[in-house]
Amino acid sequence: MISELSIALVLLPLLGFLFLGLFGARLKNEKIIGFLGSAAVGISFILALFIFAQMAAAGPEQRKYTVNLFTWFSAFTGSPGGLSISAAYQIDQLSILLTLIVTGVGFLIHIYSIGYMHGDPGFWRFFAYMNLFIFTMLNLVLADNFVLMFLGWEGVGLCSYLLIGFWYEKKPAGDAAKKAFIVNRIGDIGFLLGMFLIFAAFGSLNFDTVFAGASSVSRNNSTMLWICLLLFLGATGKSAQIPLFVWLPDAMAGPTPVSALIHAATMVTAGVYMIARCSILYAAAPAALTVVAVVGAATAIFAATIGLVQNDIKKILAYSTISQLGYMFLALGVAAFSAGIFHLMTHAFFKALLFLGSGAVIHAMHEEQDIQKMGGLKKYLPVTYRTFLIGAIAISGIPPLAGFFSKDEILWKTATGDQGSWLLWFVGLLGAILTAFYMFRLVTLTFEGEPRFDEHRLHPHEAPKTMTVPLIILAGLSIAGGWIGIPHANALEHWLDPVFAPAQMKLLASESGSTGLEIILMIVSVSAAAAGIYAARRLYLQYPGKERAAAKRFPVLYRILSQKYYIDEIYDAVVVKPIASISEKILWKGIDKGAIDGSVNGAASFISSCAQLLRKVQNGVAQFYAVMFVGGILFILTWLLFR
Amino acid sequence: MIPLQYYLIVSAVMFVIGAVGVITRRNALVVFMAIELMLNSVNLTLVGFSAFLGDASGQILVFFVMTVAAAEAAIGLAIIIALFRKKLTVNLDEINILKW
Repeated sequence: MISELSIALVLLPLLGFLFLGLFGARLKNEKIIGFLGSAAVGISFILALFIFAQMAAAGPEQRKYTVNLFTWFSAFTGSPGGLSISAAYQIDQLSILLTLIVTGVGFLIHIYSIGYMHGDPGFWRFFAYMNLFIFTMLNLVLADNFVLMFLGWEGVGLCSYLLIGFWYEKKPAGDAAKKAFIVNRIGDIGFLLGMFLIFAAFGSLNFDTVFAGASSVSRNNSTMLWICLLLFLGATGKSAQIPLFVWLPDAMAGPTPVSALIHAATMVTAGVYMIARCSILYAAAPAALTVVAVVGAATAIFAATIGLVQNDIKKILAYSTISQLGYMFLALGVAAFSAGIFHLMTHAFFKALLFLGSGAVIHAMHEEQDIQKMGGLKKYLPVTYRTFLIGAIAISGIPPLAGFFSKDEILWKTATGDQGSWLLWFVGLLGAILTAFYMFRLVTLTFEGEPRFDEHRLHPHEAPKTMTVPLIILAGLSIAGGWIGIPHANALEHWLDPVFAPAQMKLLASESGSTGLEIILMIVSVSAAAAGIYAARRLYLQYPGKERAAAKRFPVLYRILSQKYYIDEIYDAVVVKPIASISEKILWKGIDKGAIDGSVNGAASFISSCAQLLRKVQNGVAQFYAVMFVGGILFILTWLLFR
Repeated sequence: MIPLQYYLIVSAVMFVIGAVGVITRRNALVVFMAIELMLNSVNLTLVGFSAFLGDASGQILVFFVMTVAAAEAAIGLAIIIALFRKKLTVNLDEINILKW
C-alpha cells in the first residue's frame, strides 16, 4: 500500500510537468493550467499525509519502508568492486517529514503563483518548471542511495536555473541563472568526489550499506574526514554557505514564488538534509562537524550583517535566508541534527511566508523593490501586513511563534552540546539580535511610517484571494509550527530519534546543561531578539533620518556592508577574470585559433599552394593536352625500346 | 604483291601527319580532318595486316570502324557548328574555356 502511494506521490508532479510542458502552450486557459499544476502537488501532499498517518500508527520499529522501482544501472555485480544502483525510494521518519514540507509548502506556493503569475505569457512554462522542481526535490529527499539523491540534487539545480532565468529576456535574470548554475557546479564536484570516496571506502552507494559500514569505522579516520568535507562542499554550494553563497542573492531575479519555494523554503535546505541524512558519516569524523559548525556560524553572522543595510526587499530576505541556513548548519555541526531539521521546517514556513508577503508588496507597488521608496503600506495591505509581521516575529525568535523554539534549541545545543562551545553560542546570539533588527527594519520601512511614494500616482492594492489565502495558512503554520518541538516535550526530536540515534551513539553525546541554565539562556536569547526589534522600531520609526547619519559617520563600514564585503568583486577578480582571460588569451586565441585552427588551415593552404603551381598545366587548350598525350606515348615507346 | 612494310610505313606517315595536324592547326575543322586522317591510318594498318595474315575478319572490322567513324564525324561536325553559333569562331585559341 505504502509503496504504491509513494510511487504515485513522486510521479504525480512528473506527470504534471510532462502534461503542462507538452500541452501547456496550447491550453490557453490560465485556470486549467494553474489547477492542474497545483493539483499535482496538492494530491502528492495528501498522499504524503496519508503515508505519514500510517507511519505514525505503526510502531517506531516499522516506520521505515524501501520501495524498489527498478535497477537503474549496474556494473560487475557479484564481484568485488561491483556497482548496482537501483531507483529506490526510502521512506523513513526524516524523508517523510521533508516530503511533507516540500509538497505542503510547494502546494501553497503553487496556489499563490496562480495569482502572482496572472497574465504572464510564460504562465504554463512556470507551472511546468515548478512541477518538475517538486518531482526532482522529492527524488532528492526520498532517494535510498547517493546516486539517485544526486539525480535529484542536479535536477533541483536545473529547475533553479530555469526558474531564476524565467524572465530570460532580462539580462540580469539570465546572468543570475548562469551564476547560480556555475557556483552550484563547484559544490557538485565536492558531492561527486565525496560519492567516489564513499564507494571506494564502503563498496556501495546505498544508504543502508554505507551507514551500516560507517557505524563500525573508527573515529577520526582520515578517509571519513575527506568524505565529510567533500560532501559539505556540495552542501555549501546548494545551501548557499561561505564560500559559495554568492549565487543566492542574485537568484532573486526570478519570480517571487520561485524565491519563496526554491531559494528559501526547500531547495536550499537540501544541503542541510543531506548532512542530516549522512549524520553517521559525520559522527565518524568529528573534525568535519566542527568545520560545519564554524562555517555555519560564520555564515549566519556574515549574511546577517549584510542584511542590515540592503534596500531591496528581496535581497534582505535572501541574506536572511543565508543567515538562517547558517543556523541550520550550526545545529548540524554541534550534532543537534534534529534541531537543524526542526529549524529547517519552521524556516520553511516563515521564510516562505515572508517571501510571498514580499511578493504581494512588490505586486502592489508595481514591481518596486526598494524599501526606501515604500512606507505606510499597512493601511493599503492589511492582510499582507499582518501575515508579514507574524513572519517577522517568528524569524526573530519571540515565543510562542515557531522560530523561537527551533532557534532556541539550536542555541541551547550549541552552548551545552559536546561539539558546541560558548563562542559559537555567542556568535549565534549576535546573529539572532541582527536578525531581529534587520527584519524589523524591513517591516518598519515597508509598512509603517509615512509613505515615501507618490500616493496620487500609485494606488497600492491588496493582493487577490489566491495570494492572501496561502499567506494566512503559512502565518498559521509560522505561529503553531514550533509547538511540535517544545523543550522537554519535543515530539519532533522523538520522531526523528531513530534516524539520528546511531550518530548520537557514535559521538557518545550527552546532555550536560541543566534546566535552570536552559531557562536562563532562553531569557537571554528572547531579550536579545526583543532588543533588536526595539532598536529597529525606535531607529526607523522615531528617527527616520538616523540611518543616513550613521552611514555618514561610519562611511567605510557602511560601504563595506552595503557592497556585501565586496565578495562578488573579489571573486570576480580572483576567479572569474583570470579564468576568462586564460580562456580568451590561451585557450581561445592560443590553442584553439593558433594551434588547432592553425594546423588545419596550414594543411589546407599548403595543399592549395601546391595546387596553385599545378593548375597552370591545365590551360584549357585541347591541343596542349594532345601534345602531352603524344609526348607521353613517345616517352613510353622510347623507354620500352631502349631500356 | 606489295610487302607489308610499305603499308605500315604509309600508315605511320599518315598517322604522324594527322597527329602533327591535330597539334599545330588552329582551325577546329582542320583539326577534325587531321583526326580523321589518324583514324584512317589505323584502318590502313588493319587492312594491311589482314591481307598479310590472310584473315578476312580484319577487313570486316574496318567496315565497322568506317561506319562508326561516319556517325562520329556527323556528331563532331554538329558540335563544331554548335560551337560556332555560340562563339562565332572556330579558332581553337579563342575557345580554351576548359580550365581552372
